Amino acid sequence: MAGKTLFDKIWDAHVVETIKDGPQVVYIDRHLIHEVTSPQAFAGMEKRGASLFRPKQTIATADHNVPTKNQHLPIQDPLSKTQVDKLIENCANHGVELYGLGHPNQGIVHVIGPELGITQPGLTMVCGDSHTSTHGAFGSIAFGIGTSEVEQVFSTQCILQIKPKTMRINVEGELAKGVGAKDIILFIISQISTSGGTGYFVEFAGSAIRNLSMEGRMTVCNMSIEMGARGGMIAPDELTFAYVKGRDFAPPAGGDDWGRKLASWKKLYTDEDAVFDKERNFSAADIGPMITYGTNPSMGVGIDQALPSANGDQSFAKALDYMQFKGGKPILGKEIDFVFIGSCTNSRIEDLREVAFIVKGHQKADNITAWIVPGSKRVEEQAKQEGIDKILEEAGFELREPGCSACLAMNEDKIPAGKYCVSTSNRNFEGRQGPGSRTLLASPATAAVAAITGKITDVRQFLN
Amino acid sequence: MEAFKKILSKTAPLPLENVDTDQVIPARFLKATTREGFGENLFRDWRFNTDGSVKEDFVLNNVTEATILLAGKNFGCGSSREHAAWAIHDFGFKVVVSSFFADIFKNNALNNGVLPVQVSSEFLQQLFDAVEQNPEQKIAVDLEDQLISIEETSKSESFEINAYKKHCLLNGLDDIDFLISKKKEIEEFENKAIA
Repeated sequence: MAGKTLFDKIWDAHVVETIKDGPQVVYIDRHLIHEVTSPQAFAGMEKRGASLFRPKQTIATADHNVPTKNQHLPIQDPLSKTQVDKLIENCANHGVELYGLGHPNQGIVHVIGPELGITQPGLTMVCGDSHTSTHGAFGSIAFGIGTSEVEQVFSTQCILQIKPKTMRINVEGELAKGVGAKDIILFIISQISTSGGTGYFVEFAGSAIRNLSMEGRMTVCNMSIEMGARGGMIAPDELTFAYVKGRDFAPPAGGDDWGRKLASWKKLYTDEDAVFDKERNFSAADIGPMITYGTNPSMGVGIDQALPSANGDQSFAKALDYMQFKGGKPILGKEIDFVFIGSCTNSRIEDLREVAFIVKGHQKADNITAWIVPGSKRVEEQAKQEGIDKILEEAGFELREPGCSACLAMNEDKIPAGKYCVSTSNRNFEGRQGPGSRTLLASPATAAVAAITGKITDVRQFLN
Repeated sequence: MEAFKKILSKTAPLPLENVDTDQVIPARFLKATTREGFGENLFRDWRFNTDGSVKEDFVLNNVTEATILLAGKNFGCGSSREHAAWAIHDFGFKVVVSSFFADIFKNNALNNGVLPVQVSSEFLQQLFDAVEQNPEQKIAVDLEDQLISIEETSKSESFEINAYKKHCLLNGLDDIDFLISKKKEIEEFENKAIA
């Protein structure tokens, strides 16, 4: 019998039942919820007369819609306040642990899951948010779902799903200086397209992936959805186990439970003779600092390259027109207006450290507004302990309070129409960061350098 | 959920690729706590200028009585927001036709009685051409027979749908009731997993 993929091992262990010619009933170990995609699911469940089946396996936070300034004051926007209040009420009524505003564990749902040890190898995890794929960095099956599916999990701790196909993406070799996890994933998406992963669950493998920190692995898995994939995952290893060990939700280190868990986690890898439905190979040597120039995440190029031309493609031409870019021209040297460092892709302590390392002793350019929004209260606290807040302040950056912020601009943090923002987030869709805003996705290092020079700059030259 | 009936309708053609759910319903309109009323802001920033005036050349401002949305490849990519499916449904669409759909959107649509019909890129082009030549052109969608056809020319193509999902749509059944009926099996699974 052929071996199994990491994905198959975990998925198959969670199948409660297979419907003939239909989807499977898949058991969900952990359910993360937030204020935007849960209220209709709570209401639907109540209307049906059902109750929350496993409240202890559900964790809530407020992140998408919260202000990133003065979080200790009542929320100003009445609609946002209603939504956050509804989450508080729903969690209280149904016995769900909530890390809301003011709680020391509050933060972006995909930052706090790993940080608190809720995310562990071998688990199935869902959340009403497409970037749930982030948690796959720990060797778990994690994917985003819609609100009707949130209600399925509320009512039964299960979800009906058709099993996705499997794809492995191997990245071998060493990354150049100034090139990181964000560049790897932007490069892969630029090669595979925004729909090339649709229908698949992706395992990222190869030496360049294994050599990433846990934070870097989360960045890679986070953006799996941007190539259409249901999720991304990376086989857990000693680095993963060390990261989970001692965290709030992890079994106490040294105890029997920890030993048992560790033994089972060590079996979570793809067997050598396992076969994937699709396999792609990339070389780390081909990857330089990446930046996007269009209105979907696959429209990315190496920062020192010229922009491609539309060649009669209507959708491509519309994207370039929206961005006010011309095919064939370089992107280096393009003046920008905003820098946003944050989001579930790049707002962890390692990202803040990297930005601080680059901006230390420099000043942001006069034409730049630079926001840095930590992923969680814990990240914010850690940054303060390390003096990162002072470095950023001296460089003219504004360090805000945790939330999704200008990644999707649901709150007040919007990029004005027509302005260019180099952003460490995950989506450059039209108007994503505010109506008419123009987003260029890049790594924290590239964003930090752009803030200092005021224009698109090659981080490799800056570091030399 | 409403049972899905045969459809014969005019279409709203949107021949763009990679239409993401941020365009279908921008994030700033996701603040409601109910499922209703999202149709008002469907394709908000393509339908209206920033001052609120109507963009005359956008298709949804020129088509009436269409219950079929024709869209380019990879429709519904990006955010998992079910609000996109709610907005499409609330606006009056019952079918979205494309040559490729993003996974999460497809599930969300099906869970709200909106049928995603995936056709070949050649047939999609035929549909766009037929509607361009005659904007009143009607398209028929028959879920029972899994067939989509152009009324005038009778050109047709069959489409795939999971047998279980088809049964649910035709009978107006939803996944949640089905799962609730499986609670005993789920509890047995939990006991076995812990043991």
